[in-house]
Amino acid sequence: MALQSLDITRRSGTTTPSPAQRKTMEVAKLIDVSKCIGCKACQAACMEWNDTRDKIGTNHGVLDNPMDLTENSWTVMRYSEVETSRGLEWLIRKDGCMHCAKPGCLKACPAPGAIVQYSNGIVDFQEENCIGCGYCITGCPFNIPRLSKKDSKVYKCTLCSDRVAVGLEPACAKTCPTGAIVFGTKEDMMHHAQGRVADLKSRGFTSAGIYDPKGVDGTHVFYVLQHADTPGIYSGLPKAPSISGMVSIWKGVFKPVASFALALGAFGAFFHYVIKGPNEVSKENEKEFEDEK
Amino acid sequence: MKNDPKKLLRYTPSERANHWLTAITFILLALTGLPLFHPFFYPLTLLFGGGIWTRIIHPFFGILMVISFGIMSFHFRQLNTMTPADWQWMRHLRELANGDERNMPESGKFNGGQKLLFRLLVLFMALLLLSGIVIWRAYFSFLFPVWVVRLSAVVHAAAATVIIGLIMFHIYMAIWMRESMDAMLYGRVRRAWAKQHHSAWFRQVISGGK
Ligand code: HEM
Ligand code: SF4
Ligand code: SF4
Ligand code: SF4
Repeated sequence: MALQSLDITRRSGTTTPSPAQRKTMEVAKLIDVSKCIGCKACQAACMEWNDTRDKIGTNHGVLDNPMDLTENSWTVMRYSEVETSRGLEWLIRKDGCMHCAKPGCLKACPAPGAIVQYSNGIVDFQEENCIGCGYCITGCPFNIPRLSKKDSKVYKCTLCSDRVAVGLEPACAKTCPTGAIVFGTKEDMMHHAQGRVADLKSRGFTSAGIYDPKGVDGTHVFYVLQHADTPGIYSGLPKAPSISGMVSIWKGVFKPVASFALALGAFGAFFHYVIKGPNEVSKENEKEFEDEK
Repeated sequence: MKNDPKKLLRYTPSERANHWLTAITFILLALTGLPLFHPFFYPLTLLFGGGIWTRIIHPFFGILMVISFGIMSFHFRQLNTMTPADWQWMRHLRELANGDERNMPESGKFNGGQKLLFRLLVLFMALLLLSGIVIWRAYFSFLFPVWVVRLSAVVHAAAATVIIGLIMFHIYMAIWMRESMDAMLYGRVRRAWAKQHHSAWFRQVISGGK
């Protein structure tokens, strides 16, 4: 959120290097789905720390509340009841921004500095630079950013960049009573996750694994799943997320090439004019209508 | 004299107003669309009071242009059907580019190139309108699945590039072909000009047709 930061690896709508003198350690938040009891303490903590308030909703007959992420609810618990090889299971996933190493939101954003990625891996929206076009929503493979009706800016989980910057862990991790959310360097968290997977496997969850999708070069919020072979059963977690091919074409080389081609066309026209000269009415025709002019 | 009655009326006042309304809104669309197209053009937002205003007004200019262009293309639709003679005309483009019009087949009020340009403009305007609605986040994007929005973003950016290229060409032709701008600015053209560039139309008008 701070405007002045010396450790920016990527900045939206910018073609030159960003201030990157300082290098910080890569961080990650690990969400161990197998330990989550669905108490929503993290959801409440997130609202409390960030001082956002969602409107009172209606009961939909399920625990999900609100039913989807909003500009005020940057994280929501998603509950699903599924039949697996182990019988009926209640799977609870904390949804929110994944802080992709290769963020589709940032790639799509046209406004200089509206989205930045710090060297610690956090992808942060800088709402004061946001123009409200919603391109980030088009670019995100996880359907995360939400456009506010109140101010036409987009909001999402900041990975508590303000807390992390001063050495604190995210509010949701701090508050989790079971230790399902832990925070540290990506390396440490990976190590911890591997231990958790080994433990789950020893308890009969043979397809337990880590969800750190390679299609976006890994994420800085990642999961331990009991059934890592079928992420879809966790309320539609995508199996192989990556930046859509359409977004890559849209934001790829075609634009600078097209701009260059148009400029070339303008030059071409100018040189045609000075080389061939303008197309004027011929002498004969002028003679025929001498009375005119 | 600009309105010398000896000159031939090529565009009526309402046709001219319609054309220039379309032209002005088109330029505004290009200037408000390009900043979002690539960071290189982002400084253009300063012309419109910043990025947010640029983002807000672009699609409304779009609607205005679609109405204005729609009226114009409906009005001129019959004059823009390609005939075999027009295709013949297209085969002499190289000579024309060299400024040699002696062997050009006769053309009516619009020549083959103008008709073809008109048809391409209609096509790309339609693509821009449809894709533009889909990527209009404030009111419409939520109605479409995300893959449609992504596809539309590509279509809109690509169609915008093509149509800006076509209009640049159109503008250059109007400058290069001396006095053709007069037709759209003041309505009338000299008979010599008409005979040289649109001889079939010239004969028609002289003999009392339209
Ligand atoms: C026909 C009606 C049109 C509509 C409804 C429309 C709508 C839109 C919308 C909603 C956007 C997204 C940005 C924003 O919300 O302001 C956009 C972007 C854009 N528009 Fe249009 N537009 C139209 C016509 C045009 C035309 C004629 C041009 C070309 C001169 C154009 C060029 C662009 C460009 C270059 C972008 C940026 C594309 C990108 O980010 O890749 N638009 N348009
Ligand atoms: S999950 Fe979406 S919003 Fe979050 S960093 Fe990745 S692309 Fe951006
Ligand atoms: S809405 Fe998203 S893509 Fe558009 S300027 Fe704001 S952050 Fe960038
Ligand atoms: S990291 Fe911070 S902003 Fe993100 S969900 Fe947790 S508490 Fe909310």
